Amino acid sequence: MNRIQTIVEKEWAEVFKNRIVLFTVAFLPILFTALPLIILYTTRGAASAGDSADLPPSFAKACGSITSGECMQIFLVNQFMILFMMMPLIIPVAIASYSIVGEKATRSLEPLLATPITTPELLAGKSLAAAVPAILATWVGFVVFVIGVPFVGGGPALITSILGSVWLTAIFVVGPLMAVMAVNFAIMVSSRVNDPRAAEQISAVVVVPILGLMFGQIAGVIVLNVQLMMLTALALAIIDVGLIYLGARLFQRETILTKWK
Amino acid sequence: MIHIEKLTKQFGALTAVDSLSLDVGEGEVFGFLGPNGAGKTTTVRMLTSLIGPTAGRATVNGLEIGRDDQAIRQTVGLLTETPGLYDRLSAEHNLTIFARLYGVGDVPDQVQKYLRMLGLWERRQDEAGSFSKGMRQKLAIARALLHEPEVLFLDEPTSGLDPEAAKLVRDFIGELKAEGRTIFLCTHNLDEADRLCSRIGIFKTRLITVDTPANLRQKLYGRTVVFHVKQLLPDWVGAVRALPFVRSAEAADSRLVVGLDDPETHNPDILRQLVAAGADVQFVGELRHSLEDIYLQFIEKAGQP
Repeated sequence: MNRIQTIVEKEWAEVFKNRIVLFTVAFLPILFTALPLIILYTTRGAASAGDSADLPPSFAKACGSITSGECMQIFLVNQFMILFMMMPLIIPVAIASYSIVGEKATRSLEPLLATPITTPELLAGKSLAAAVPAILATWVGFVVFVIGVPFVGGGPALITSILGSVWLTAIFVVGPLMAVMAVNFAIMVSSRVNDPRAAEQISAVVVVPILGLMFGQIAGVIVLNVQLMMLTALALAIIDVGLIYLGARLFQRETILTKWK
Repeated sequence: MIHIEKLTKQFGALTAVDSLSLDVGEGEVFGFLGPNGAGKTTTVRMLTSLIGPTAGRATVNGLEIGRDDQAIRQTVGLLTETPGLYDRLSAEHNLTIFARLYGVGDVPDQVQKYLRMLGLWERRQDEAGSFSKGMRQKLAIARALLHEPEVLFLDEPTSGLDPEAAKLVRDFIGELKAEGRTIFLCTHNLDEADRLCSRIGIFKTRLITVDTPANLRQKLYGRTVVFHVKQLLPDWVGAVRALPFVRSAEAADSRLVVGLDDPETHNPDILRQLVAAGADVQFVGELRHSLEDIYLQFIEKAGQP
């Protein structure tokens, strides 16, 4: 455990001295948290006067007895739930890409592998160092968002919706699972490239399914509900197990020293 | 301390190390010489449990590679071919990380000990990326020593360093040798190997030869004595060559270069012969063939079918 902690601290000490990573980790949560609050504030009048006819029928039906204005607010803010789900994808990719490709570039992996650290310890340290800041940033962003909603014109129905099982599952279950997926995907990509920016750009394809989810929701084809969230979580858990297995296979000493170029 | 039996490593169809057998004793500084791509680094990686062998076995400090890998990594120190430092972190932070990974007892004390020993204490807060090549190499050596390893593997420790930095590193290896540490030294620097190593192995995928530098010279050239004579005559060369204990005798300007096995016993005989023939012998000295000559001879022989 002590060795994992050492790796995590080392990663943070080194990676956060990189301005690009620091920018991604700090700026992205600020932007993704501020954006829905700003939209909510600027559309507060329009939303309250909104007509449920403007909403996708499947969503309007799910609103039940609440006013069409509140339903509109919930619909609007739900689009930004996707942003909160993107954070645990984008941030770990940036950290893991710079962490692993950076070690390849400076050839610092070999001395590290020559220590008594085990491969699972090293992999766990690197994964935690990339995933934890992303998960924490998402959670902190979400808390700030929840606190900020009443101040920008969010009604009680909206707050109830944000603190409902869909959002909470998305933020506290799906988010961390997505972070694990992103880290392991970034590790696999990083083993094949030598430029951190290339690793980051290639790894960013993990965001594509989330974008599909976003556009599906905007078009009214998909309604984010608890069932869908639980299904997503289950699918992610299966994908994560597969990616952890593949990542661990790829992150073997001999593979790193003889095949990583 | 290091026992190797028919150690082999193949990467697909390529054999990097072929049936290497070798023993390195406790407190010995063993030089492992070979051209680029000879398989030296692969050998070191196998012996430090970084990669596994395809065949054969080896023990380091009584621990078997492939079975006691973690314990081996705990008891050996490795200086890799490139320092591989964390450039954005300070020298002290670099060492602290590794001291913790090795489970060193008193981390700050041990880090301070080696920073001072290698003359880096005053620069401890500076980022490793700002260091000169020599300082980076010293920091990497400090990192390899933090956990007081019983066996130290040094892969090209002076490669790419300017003469002054190389001398500093070499002197430090000399100090480690004086402390009685077992050192497995891969180097291209033959002078360095000659000065530091008690035995040398010449290696090119296979171990070509292994012996002390003196014995390697003896094997190839015997011993060579040079007699500086005022106006050397060809007859004198022939007369010396005819002596039964002389392996060879050649004239080179005013010097008579004589190859023989036991100069301590036979030099006086040669000297008497020359003086009796009327030669004015000005002085006598032993010609020491450089390790480079020996190395090149062995590598050339190994390349021949």
